[in-house]
Amino acid sequence: MKVAITSSGNSPESLLDSRFGRCSYFVVFDTESLSTEFIPNPNKENIDGAGPASVQLVASRGVKKVVSGEFGSKVKALFDSLQIQLIVLNDIDKNISEVIKLLNHK
Amino acid sequence: MTNPPHFKGFTPIGLPEEKNPVVLHYEEYEAVRLSDFELYTQLEAAKEMGISRPTYTRIYESARRKIAMAFVKGRAIVFEGGKVYFDSEWYSCKACGCWFNHPAKEDEVKNCGLCNSTEIQQFHGNGKHTITVDYCVCPQCGLEKVHTHGVPCNKDICPHCNCAMHRKGTPHHNGFRINKC
Repeated sequence: MKVAITSSGNSPESLLDSRFGRCSYFVVFDTESLSTEFIPNPNKENIDGAGPASVQLVASRGVKKVVSGEFGSKVKALFDSLQIQLIVLNDIDKNISEVIKLLNHK
Repeated sequence: MTNPPHFKGFTPIGLPEEKNPVVLHYEEYEAVRLSDFELYTQLEAAKEMGISRPTYTRIYESARRKIAMAFVKGRAIVFEGGKVYFDSEWYSCKACGCWFNHPAKEDEVKNCGLCNSTEIQQFHGNGKHTITVDYCVCPQCGLEKVHTHGVPCNKDICPHCNCAMHRKGTPHHNGFRINKC
């Protein structure tokens, strides 16, 4: 299963980005192959519609869960219709490798 | 919030399609619903929404002003955004402290979406959980935008009128409202 995580940088040490639509990078983590892929967010500087555009980007990668600090209402509705689970992390001091460790629980 | 409105907004009859509608946030809709439809007192309504009474009054006042603006100027109203979670869908995990929702509503939720712990609970609150956030507002057209933490509002430029925005509810916003931008 693939999980998308919003990241503020392109290394596993970068912190989780608290925003979804305008995060710097998306990390797509595959829980089976344990591979990670960093995708720069092309919608970061959008004046509007960054959220929905980012939803499209992560949905096209076939993710089933998205981890971020916050989701807007448009984004939430879209993810609901796509049956993608949202996970909100309140303490955003976690870095990407810590989040991946939490996901890797089997 | 118990139920979101089941339609998207209002348009005035007999006017061409409105390009700049008044955006009524969900919490403002809820405030009007509680006060003027359910006839709650402000204190009861504030409790229902899980916010303080002064905050409730602010939301309600902003809702009334927006509705009046739409009435008088013949502008459309759309319901949108705001910081509202419908708590029936949300769960919190005691082990890792995250919140998560569950799109496949038929299945029972047993494990945390992040750390797989079984120490989860449905998100409780008195009907609704609201986080209030700051808004940047354009002094010219009144466009509102969620304030980005760490970025001053006056660095945000209104896309319609090219004005530097002000933080909503501050003396800047109230005092300079009539000024040009």
